[in-house]
Amino acid sequence: MLAKDIIKPENLVYQKTKLMTDNVLSYCPGCGHGTAHRITMEVLEEMGIGDETIGVAPVGCSVLAYEFMNIDMQQAAHGRAPAVATGIKRCYPEKFVFTYQGDGDLAAIGTAETIHACNRGENITIIFVNNGIYGMTGGQMAPTTLPGMRSSTSPYGRDVNLMGNPLKMTELVAQLPGTSFVSRQAVHTPKHVRKAKKAIRQAFELQKQKKGTTFVEIVSNCNSGWKMTPVQANQWMEENMFPFYPLGDIKVPE
Amino acid sequence: MARELKLMKGNEAIAEAAIRAGADAYFGYPITPQSEVIEYLMAEKPHERTGKVVLQAESEVAAINMVYGAAGAGKRVWTSSSSPGISLKQEGISYIAGAELPCVILNVVRGGPGLGTIQPSQADYFQSVKGGGHGDYRLIVLAPSSVQEMADYVVDAFDLAFKYRNPVLILSDGVIGQMMEKVYLIEQRPRLTDEEIKQRYAWATTGKKDGTERRVITSLALKADEMEAHNIHLQKKYAEIEANEVRFEEFQCDDAEYVFVAYGSSARVCQKAVQLARNKGIKAGLLRLITLFPFPKAEIGRLTGQVKGMLAVEMSSGQMIEDVKLAVNGRIKAEHFGRFGGNIPTPDEVLYALETQIIGG
Ligand SMILES: Cc1ncc(C[n+]2csc(CCOP(=O)(O)OP(=O)(O)O)c2C)c(N)n1
Ligand code: SF4
Repeated sequence: MLAKDIIKPENLVYQKTKLMTDNVLSYCPGCGHGTAHRITMEVLEEMGIGDETIGVAPVGCSVLAYEFMNIDMQQAAHGRAPAVATGIKRCYPEKFVFTYQGDGDLAAIGTAETIHACNRGENITIIFVNNGIYGMTGGQMAPTTLPGMRSSTSPYGRDVNLMGNPLKMTELVAQLPGTSFVSRQAVHTPKHVRKAKKAIRQAFELQKQKKGTTFVEIVSNCNSGWKMTPVQANQWMEENMFPFYPLGDIKVPE
Repeated sequence: MARELKLMKGNEAIAEAAIRAGADAYFGYPITPQSEVIEYLMAEKPHERTGKVVLQAESEVAAINMVYGAAGAGKRVWTSSSSPGISLKQEGISYIAGAELPCVILNVVRGGPGLGTIQPSQADYFQSVKGGGHGDYRLIVLAPSSVQEMADYVVDAFDLAFKYRNPVLILSDGVIGQMMEKVYLIEQRPRLTDEEIKQRYAWATTGKKDGTERRVITSLALKADEMEAHNIHLQKKYAEIEANEVRFEEFQCDDAEYVFVAYGSSARVCQKAVQLARNKGIKAGLLRLITLFPFPKAEIGRLTGQVKGMLAVEMSSGQMIEDVKLAVNGRIKAEHFGRFGGNIPTPDEVLYALETQIIGG
């Protein structure tokens, strides 16, 4: 069979969502950010709400999310995405608004904005990519860095007596009455991607129903920051990150 | 058009005027001496009157970023605070200036540095006109000197903000914010509909429509050439603002031999000092600055051909004087006089300073 006999619309089993641009992703090969972007955009496309959605990109490796997500986007100052999203959503309660944030952005400099947006029950969706490190600035310790984990600012491993304990923001925001759906997922295998996408879909469906803040953490790798190959990083993530940050829904609507 | 007359505090007047100007949203955090702004807004239920959003944020940092979000979506949005809170907003203001978003920021200045005092001050001049946050940017800065001007300037501020897609700062102080005066209020202007916003502001992120390019609000330009080009564009805009928007008012300057240069409540004090001087036979006048950026350089330059000396009066240890001296360019004597840390100079003190520092000095 010739290629031209195979490459036909009726044989198409998968195509890139129109809500991703053709720009080449700036992420390291094997990084979870690209997949997290794609499934978020696929959800918007499948729900038919791409035209009604405004995304907020953070400061971090995904600062350029607006180069890849083919929707209206605002780039926020480091940690401030939930406040920026609040400003948009309060003025456009019928539109869909989401933030996409790393763990330094959301769990360190933006802790206050995150907790208060969730506590007010802002009708937004927060996608939180937790790779346990500051990727963009070259692998420094994040609030989410595991005890004993090495980073460029904890070169001998995170000593919790000196550097504090990792912060589980997802469990924390699940306590707040303003959140309706809080889930922790991963995107390193097809099975995990499907589950993560389902969670993101549920988050946006609940936003549509004005159910308050929906929050999806994606435990991801940072092979560059962790100084591992992509394969090693995923394995390390399964062995070390998942026991500390267990996957699954943490809070679902009654 | 019938203008409603009311007796109000400066902080209340600006809050009421902003509703009437058709503002869509206000985000703020309480701090003395300007908490009446958000208190008034909450009591007025603007969400019922006009649909305006009013939200008490968790901090000034959050408030200014809420402003960023709403402004990026084309809404007429404002915030207010006093000195320490304005310091916290500076990162956000820099982002707003960089991303070229329109918004209005009110600073009811109190004495500093640090937690300072809740008494009035004008010591935030440098912060207001020289940048405040990081990077090469300018705010349009308006300085009201009465309750009426608090109400009037917020209307102008929104117009200027959208005309230039630039943040506008209203630099007030504890005197103007707290004092009560009569004020004429404009009639309610309708808020723009979402459809009107979409049509007027093509740059606003209101959700892209099929077939249109997506909109991006950002201040990031990783490549040096792009960043330089953006800066050149900004500088052109600031030059245009300097060419078109200088505002000031002169009081008895026609035959003046000496002028006070002042803004805000200091200008009110100087107006009285002009009378006291004239009673003594000293031909004094007042140049009251309305825009601090753009600074009325040309008018000061012109006055140097007429008057013998200038006294810059400011409730600071001497900030605006630097710009006055640049404009005077050594042609005549120009000195600063100020009380600060929360103290307000009396007209007598100001006249004495003119006599000793400028006339006799
Ligand atoms: C106010 C401010 N402080 C610090 C920085 C520098 N900075 C940029 S990204 C970043 C951390 C990003 O880490 P994370 O949020 O975990 O995202 P990742 O890059 O890992 O995806 C820091 C500290 C900044 N841009 N702004
Ligand atoms: S540095 Fe880490 S988070 Fe950033 S793109 Fe590379 S792998 Fe991903």
